[in-house]
Amino acid sequence: MVQLTLPKNSRITTGKTWPKPDGATNVRKFQIYRWNPDDGKNPQVDTYFVDMDKCGPMILDALIKIKNEIDPTLTFRRSCREGICGSCAMNVDGINTLACIYGLDEVDGDVKIYPLPHMPVVKDLIPDLTHFYAQHASIMPWLETKTNRPAKEWKQSIEDRKKLDGLYECVMCASCSTSCPSYWWNSDRYLGPAALLHAYRWIIDSRDEATGERLDDLEDPFKLYRCHTIMNCAKTCPKGLNPAKAIANIKQMMVERQL
Amino acid sequence: MRYLTDRKRAQGLGAAGHGTHHHWQMMGSSVALVVLVPLFVLTFGIGLGGTQEEVLAYFSRPFPAIVTGLSLVVGIIHLMRELQVAIEDYVHGVAEKLALLATSAFAYTMIAMVLFALVKIAL
Repeated sequence: MVQLTLPKNSRITTGKTWPKPDGATNVRKFQIYRWNPDDGKNPQVDTYFVDMDKCGPMILDALIKIKNEIDPTLTFRRSCREGICGSCAMNVDGINTLACIYGLDEVDGDVKIYPLPHMPVVKDLIPDLTHFYAQHASIMPWLETKTNRPAKEWKQSIEDRKKLDGLYECVMCASCSTSCPSYWWNSDRYLGPAALLHAYRWIIDSRDEATGERLDDLEDPFKLYRCHTIMNCAKTCPKGLNPAKAIANIKQMMVERQL
Repeated sequence: MRYLTDRKRAQGLGAAGHGTHHHWQMMGSSVALVVLVPLFVLTFGIGLGGTQEEVLAYFSRPFPAIVTGLSLVVGIIHLMRELQVAIEDYVHGVAEKLALLATSAFAYTMIAMVLFALVKIAL
């Protein structure tokens, strides 16, 4: 049976409240999930106050400011700060998103920041994405060909290239998969929206010659058909992509090759 | 604790080789029910309000009997398959297998009862 409540040692407690910055008039309250695997304590939510007059406009700006000026132990991933690397995916105000492209003005009231839901936590806001990446690798995310290598490059028509739009932009931030209830309950067997979007990206590629094998690998009640079109993936994707549509297209191709 | 590579853990036992059939059946029965449910409500509504003899005579006619039979059989099969998916989602292990068997047994018993009742009324 799926686990509907958190285990005792995962229940969140109230953490430390850090002092307000001196002399600041435009202060915003941040409530941030903290968990340290080394101290043996339950996770806690720490409260920080940030001077918004001296802070950048994005969630990531505030996190970096907190780490630099208030609490250097706050741990999170970040790299490109422009929505390309997918490192800073986290749950902000109940929505999985990239902290670097999510504006502070998009959040009403206190800013609540948690790690991506339903994933093992490494520390604070860092989820363990090992299984997520292994699932991505399992769909063979590369161009698979059987024809002998041609003398010139593999050509693709403009129409066929357009089919990859809305697919190739995925940065594998895991926001979609970790927002999907089906993935929460069955991530051991269900590939999740991100891996399936990537699977479709290669299935639909006119140059790929492993279409049948790719579809065979997805012909499974769990790998593909655990998607119940809940649409959380499309709603939460920080890049504005639609994994649910890609999954629906795979299902359509599955039916087409049988009927 | 098992020492498996991340890739092996993700691959599991591989693809089962089915799933599309179930998906297509659900699509088919959904479309059928869009037609059958209004027809069933209409025919059932017309049959209501009479004496027992009048109602039995009404449901012994071919159209109400066939619409009722089709609606209930297709509806029960559709619900059985939907319930199977919900069980696969939320229940795992031995309990899952037992729940799936119980669901199928209950659904097919219901179908047998529906058909028996309709045949008995008609004959």
